Amino acid sequence: MEPLLRVENLQIEFRTLRGILKPLCGISFDVQRGQVFGLVGETGCGKTLTGLSVLRLVPKPGRIIAGHILLEGQDLLVKSESEMQQIRGCQISMIFQDPSSSLNPVFTVGSQIVRVIRQHQHSTEDQARERAVEVLGAVGLPDAQRLMASYPHELSGGMQQRVMMAMALSCEPALLIADEPTTALDVTIKAQILDLLQSLRNRLNLTILLITHDLGVIAETCDCLAVLYAGHMVEIGSTADIFAAPLHPYTKGLMSASPHRANRGQPLAAIRGTVPSNPGTLVGCPFESRCGLAFDRCRVDKPPLFQNGKAHQSACWLQSAGGEQ
Amino acid sequence: MNATQHPADKPLVQVKSLVKHFRLPGGWLSGGPRILHAIDDVSLEIYPGQVLGLVGESGCGKTTLGRCILRLVEPTDGQILFEDQNLLALKGDALRRLRQQMQIVFQSPLSSLSPRFRVFDVVAEPLQTHSNLRRHELEATVLGLLEQVGLGQQHLDRYPHELSGGQCQRVAVARALALSPRLLVLDEPTSALDVSVQAQIINLLDELQVQRGLTYLFISHDLGVVQHISDRICVMYLGKLVETGPAEAVFDSPLHPYTQALISAISVPDPTVRRQRIVLPGNVPSPVNPPPGCRFHTRCPLAQERCRVEIPALRQVSEGRSAACHLV
Repeated sequence: MEPLLRVENLQIEFRTLRGILKPLCGISFDVQRGQVFGLVGETGCGKTLTGLSVLRLVPKPGRIIAGHILLEGQDLLVKSESEMQQIRGCQISMIFQDPSSSLNPVFTVGSQIVRVIRQHQHSTEDQARERAVEVLGAVGLPDAQRLMASYPHELSGGMQQRVMMAMALSCEPALLIADEPTTALDVTIKAQILDLLQSLRNRLNLTILLITHDLGVIAETCDCLAVLYAGHMVEIGSTADIFAAPLHPYTKGLMSASPHRANRGQPLAAIRGTVPSNPGTLVGCPFESRCGLAFDRCRVDKPPLFQNGKAHQSACWLQSAGGEQ
Repeated sequence: MNATQHPADKPLVQVKSLVKHFRLPGGWLSGGPRILHAIDDVSLEIYPGQVLGLVGESGCGKTTLGRCILRLVEPTDGQILFEDQNLLALKGDALRRLRQQMQIVFQSPLSSLSPRFRVFDVVAEPLQTHSNLRRHELEATVLGLLEQVGLGQQHLDRYPHELSGGQCQRVAVARALALSPRLLVLDEPTSALDVSVQAQIINLLDELQVQRGLTYLFISHDLGVVQHISDRICVMYLGKLVETGPAEAVFDSPLHPYTQALISAISVPDPTVRRQRIVLPGNVPSPVNPPPGCRFHTRCPLAQERCRVEIPALRQVSEGRSAACHLV
């Protein structure tokens, strides 16, 4: 079956006065219809940039220098700007980490949602308002009529994030990109939002690209995931496979570095060192400098993705013996 | 990490019925000044050599409590005893001497370090303020401190912007340790860091605690981290202490409905575990106008009539464990 979203060998380059940075060095993945696909990694690994490039919103001076992004088989990178306008918000929507800075403080919640709806659909003001009230109800906000007239600052963080989701879903997009949707929220509110994402997905058969640094969130919500490190994809596969048997040393490191019940009282298995600053210039494996298992080949050759099992791949030379390229 | 608690031990810090209200300025539009109830009648003890974890959501008063203990914020009412000295009665020189015994590490490493100070100056400043070391002694001490937190000679002349978040936090820890304090208040020390770096800093804090026999007040909203590092735990909700007890016991069998919900909301990085999450309805009410009775009753799944009117006291439930709930 054709995937809803296919990202192929995506590469991004930033030309700055200090030289050329390459924060994404070839990312490829498929998101199937109805799936929740997770992108996980630490700060600066390129996960948000991947999300933005699907909407063609890579900030300047960044440019997509290679690759394809196919939505239902159509390459988004060859679309004109006005065609993209129609796709954003209508076929693909995105919600961001900080809801308070994504909403416009000087317009009411209602007028912001109505505007999105009227931008994309031929509807009257009244029809759009009706639809807005409906989606506000769908994301679990009580008293939607009154909410339409309130300003973002009158709402709590959790409610703002729900408004963002209502806005994103108002034109029934095929794909929702959720960039760290729960990171800025408190524990109990985070639980509410995760619950909502799950129920929306079941109810609307929504496809979600979930970007997060939190492995716990991934384990609870995603069907498949890709692990990014310094602009490279180091592992991809189903959530069950990866959590049962992570292949890449970085994925293993991430899993054992987070504190939980099982490792209470023992030192955490920290990953030494820090992320390389310009991964585009590396010749070997991007994780080589922090990897406890690195050997000679890792320093000179970049490992490709090796197949291990049906849909589980990892980019590590240690897999080259067992798997096939 | 020393899980054994000796009730015979005298607490290092005793907080008794602490209250902190902030007066919010208000014009005629908002109906005059309002009172924000940041901390209301909180009592707790911190035992020497232990890690006390203080958890709660944003706005529950945990940071204010940490700052009150250092007297960075003046409490409205109540008592704080450091050993036997009443901290709130101290002034001038006596307060300054006592402050050498307690230090703080803040959440955001970049904003808690002056951008104009080099690493050496940052770590040397407390030493210069409180002691008369000669230059070469000062240099040796600073280098020793940096080595203890995993940095070295090459970092001495760097400015904070040249360091990574994890390295900045190490510098902040070195500065806090400079005067060999007995109590460290750690206010969300790892929240701004990535998982792999967070693990490095937690391990460092763990090691230092054991080596130097330090006492920590570890403030965090991240239950996973608190569970890992703490001996005892205090849970706060909207300015009130709702539960305290040994970390293991609280995480295994939380008593208060709020603690139960918090713990059920920890996401476990294991897709085979399907846990029943208790999802609390609604939002945390504003501390400017806290609900009457039990402050949690607006969101509590078990709330009864009594909870709406009567404030539950923090009662001892079993050895070392207390909860503030009518139903426990």
